[in-house]
Amino acid sequence: MALVEIRNLKKYFETPAGMLHAVDDVSLEIEKGTTIGIVGESGCGKSTLGKCLIRMVEPTDGTICFDGLDVTAMTEREFRNMRTRMQMIFQDPYASLNPRMSVSALIAEPIKTFKLARDKKELESMVLELMDRVGLARRLAGSYPHELDGGRRQRIGVARALSLNPEFIVCDEPVSALDVSIQAQILNLLMDLQEEAGLTYMFITHDMSVVKHVSDEICVMYLGQIVERCDTRELFANPLHPYAQALLSAIPRPTIHNKKEPIILEGELTSPINPVARCRFAPRCAHAVDICFQAEPEMAEFGSKNHFVKCHRVEELSGVTKIAN
Amino acid sequence: MSSNEKLLDIKDLVVHYETEDAVIEAVNNVSFEVKRGEILGIVGETGAGKTTIGLSIMGLLPKPPANVIQGSIKFNGRELLPKTPVPASAVDLVARRRRRREENKLKRMHRTIRGRKMTMMFQDPMTALNPVLPVGDQIAEVIRIHENVSPAEAVKRACEMMELVRIPATRYQEYPHQFSGGMKQRVVIAIALACRPDLIIADEPTTALDVTIQAQVLRLMRELQRKLGTAMLFITHDLGIVAELCDRCMVLYAGEIVESGTLEHIFDNASHPYTQGLFASIPNLEEETERLTPIQGLMPNPADLPSYCSFYDRCPVRTDRCKLANPELVEVEPGHYVRCIHAQLKKGL
Repeated sequence: MALVEIRNLKKYFETPAGMLHAVDDVSLEIEKGTTIGIVGESGCGKSTLGKCLIRMVEPTDGTICFDGLDVTAMTEREFRNMRTRMQMIFQDPYASLNPRMSVSALIAEPIKTFKLARDKKELESMVLELMDRVGLARRLAGSYPHELDGGRRQRIGVARALSLNPEFIVCDEPVSALDVSIQAQILNLLMDLQEEAGLTYMFITHDMSVVKHVSDEICVMYLGQIVERCDTRELFANPLHPYAQALLSAIPRPTIHNKKEPIILEGELTSPINPVARCRFAPRCAHAVDICFQAEPEMAEFGSKNHFVKCHRVEELSGVTKIAN
Repeated sequence: MSSNEKLLDIKDLVVHYETEDAVIEAVNNVSFEVKRGEILGIVGETGAGKTTIGLSIMGLLPKPPANVIQGSIKFNGRELLPKTPVPASAVDLVARRRRRREENKLKRMHRTIRGRKMTMMFQDPMTALNPVLPVGDQIAEVIRIHENVSPAEAVKRACEMMELVRIPATRYQEYPHQFSGGMKQRVVIAIALACRPDLIIADEPTTALDVTIQAQVLRLMRELQRKLGTAMLFITHDLGIVAELCDRCMVLYAGEIVESGTLEHIFDNASHPYTQGLFASIPNLEEETERLTPIQGLMPNPADLPSYCSFYDRCPVRTDRCKLANPELVEVEPGHYVRCIHAQLKKGL
């Protein structure tokens, strides 16, 4: 059974201009011990999706089951016990850490809140052990976030998330703020920890090369919806949705050989406020025809097993056939 | 055009930031040149000194704390930095006055070049634009200040610039907040190109944009650069963009050039351990890799740089010889410069 099961999750925000559909009818499962990558551009709802999972924002509709328990139906008090099992790592380690707390106090905070240590001595040893696990030198215990570089700050964020021994961690752009050489250190750390503790990750990012490196499965989001979902290798070898194809081709590759011309998309993200029932990518899609503007396509399996695509014309364009359930 | 070919010629530039308790050595003995119409990429991590170099050329360094200790920046053959050295003693009032007078003279001269002959684009288009002025007026303003044209002519030229960067001129009266990030960066490009400059310094202009928008903006910049023959100094941390856009590239580490050369030199024949490390830390899209090979450790504290190779502490191939002195930047093959004794030894130098 999947560790996390999301069914028809919706999150709408009320704005003066109308309903903003941040996450619109998202369904997916995450298997234990795997990493699911969520990619998409700013404003596609990927962070809102992650925040819904740990109930930092309350979903408008839909269900989230964690280990068979319906999280959305729980009261705040009931959910409190679940919080130790699911954690989040944030993008900007500077903004997400209290500047007036020392490293050890920051790491100790979640342990204290959930009263997981019997006494001061145990708390201290737990903090030091966590620092070792995430590769923070013990001498830094008394330092403050502003004295540390971005990589070390992000290690504090990882240590805080790990302090409650969670099973599931939502990583929201955990390396976007870091330099490449430091980014690699943090990615390796996250992958080592996964192997060590059998963690399950939801990895939210806009960086395709990072997501390819860490994920087993990838969901490509566009304007609040998942438009393509499949195995990582399959997505990079054989992207089917026109948006996924453009996204992959637009990544600047650090090589001067085998240069392919990127597919340049016209225009920019349309508004997620009061979207009409049609393919949301149609206004920017080079292959859009009448049907794309008239009806919303269904998510279905095409070509190979577990390759889901939400596009009217995928069969014509890519020569794949629909797999009937 | 023999002497004209070198548009920008920088020699031995040293810039420090002086604060009460430390001197931060941001740029150390950097020399390079930009030819007319070429795109030179500057790659490096946070704190490598990329932006400081850009600001020194533009004459926009915040002084204090910044202080240009020595060096020469020649733009179109004209010297932009004072020739009189920084007075050795703070009480040498005569020398200080002489230096200040020269600096003021250069400042006035810089004002006639900046925005007209050389322009700079910044990372965040929102902070670069004035939020309370229509975008069209912001483009027209540059033209009116630098060229002797009537207001109506300036407006007409601004409209042309908007069309050039593919913003409909009907949006002339709109304000920056009505534009998306990619469109705002186009406005910035229009402002930068309004006076047909010889040099654009682009400081991470696409870092704040999404990949599909970044691809649009990069293509536009490349097109316009070719059309107008503008030279560009492209500052970035993304080696992918360098591969896409630049003609030549230099890698900066701790305020020094550690490697420079053509794209073939850097991408196919990276010789400095730091450059090699950068490539190894990027997850590869073409191949499957189980683990990344990060560069161990951190960049040295710029307030306390070692007297030996600044990459020594993180270098996988270091030996005791590296600790003797800071290696020179040596040409290991025509046009390919490396600051590493091991790379130099390998080439038999």
